[in-house]
Amino acid sequence: MRIELNVNGTVHEIEVEPRTTLLDCLRDRLDLKGAHAGCEHGVCGACTVLFDGAAVRSCLMFAAQATGSAITTIEGVTPGPGELSPIQDAFCETHGLQCGYCTPAMIMAAHALLAGNPAPTREEIVEAISGNICRCTGYAQIVEAIALAAERMRGVNRPRSLTE
Amino acid sequence: MKAAPFEYARAADVDEACAWLAADDGARLIAGGQTLVPMMAMRLARPTRLIDINRIAALSYIRQETHQDQDGIAIGATTRQCAVERDALAAAKVPLLARAIPNIGHAATRARGTIGGSLANADPAAEISLIAVTLDATLSYRAGGKTTDIPARGFHVGAMVTSLPEGACLTAVRFPVWQGRIGTGFHEVNARSSDFAFVSAAAQIELGADNKCKRIVIGVGAATDHPIRLESAERQLAGGALDPKAVRAAVEAALTDIEALDDLHATAAYRRRVAAVLAARAVADAFADAQGKKVQGNANAH
Repeated sequence: MRIELNVNGTVHEIEVEPRTTLLDCLRDRLDLKGAHAGCEHGVCGACTVLFDGAAVRSCLMFAAQATGSAITTIEGVTPGPGELSPIQDAFCETHGLQCGYCTPAMIMAAHALLAGNPAPTREEIVEAISGNICRCTGYAQIVEAIALAAERMRGVNRPRSLTE
Repeated sequence: MKAAPFEYARAADVDEACAWLAADDGARLIAGGQTLVPMMAMRLARPTRLIDINRIAALSYIRQETHQDQDGIAIGATTRQCAVERDALAAAKVPLLARAIPNIGHAATRARGTIGGSLANADPAAEISLIAVTLDATLSYRAGGKTTDIPARGFHVGAMVTSLPEGACLTAVRFPVWQGRIGTGFHEVNARSSDFAFVSAAAQIELGADNKCKRIVIGVGAATDHPIRLESAERQLAGGALDPKAVRAAVEAALTDIEALDDLHATAAYRRRVAAVLAARAVADAFADAQGKKVQGNANAH
């Protein structure tokens, strides 16, 4: 069947089987390999993307269901070619990643959190990434990265006197 | 982990969805899909046709309704769990539901998962089913161009089995709103936070001016193949002072004859014992909550 998919602001017309998951469509048809295929049944969270702004698992919906909605993948969060978003930057700085398999999904979950809550508590950060499994870091630096990104994003375009 | 082939169609309204459902034995409705899609990926479900009801705007709402002089909060079947989680009206009027919802899956599954989908899926551990049974909610379904109301108690007949007729689409659930000095409590035990509950318990009480219990409901989920009410305990405790020892004895007695689930994760004896502990804690929380004391909430056992 023919579907229209709005990914990272670009509308694509694609021919898919109804059983093609949004994840497989993003990876195999649009060559966006940032959303990772881990368990493919909603347990690991590695395939997390933003669906109309909310973090969802792209393996738990079919591409055909996404027509009419805006999808953002990790490829869509950078401000420009060769640049990183403040959250990506913070992950690099705090060593919030090791093998990198869970990282794009962690960053998407962080984006969804910080869009609605610019000053999350540690508990809120932990809750926001609780559906994403990381087998390397032990999560401590991931939580640190999100807290650092939040702090920086709060400070953007504000005089120094107000942020300290 | 790829689903078997199927046809996909988006229904414009509920009657169209019902007509398509009735026309094809292998067809299934898809709402949030947070259980159905993994079941399809594992080929435990192989629908020939998926009828998508996600875009039917009339099925997504939270509103106050009065039915036969009973105030209620009506929630449309495809309302996302996260929408109810954030809704101030639902939290104020049905506080027990608000207490339970953060325990359903993770933020990313609550962003897609729906209230009606969870009820119709009828997982024994489903929090929404437990709250619907505990509060005597009313469910509405549509079939053959007709809307029918049924009580939530009796809707769940077994694990993943409901009394919903073939070709019917669940359209709404209405939770009664209690007036007066209300208190609520909810507890569950699971392997990891937000994973499937091994046992869950919910309680809601109304206190009189004398601090005696005027009205009480207690429900237990995941211990048996569908959520149950501890009716004998409710009868014993109503009118009393909710002394912790009396509460514990009453819920233990109510749980002695249940057919507890027994599996790899938890034995029947464990489930029965934990159900009594959690039910007593839920009642204690509800009692404290009704008196305006701060309640810890779901204190997990790990």
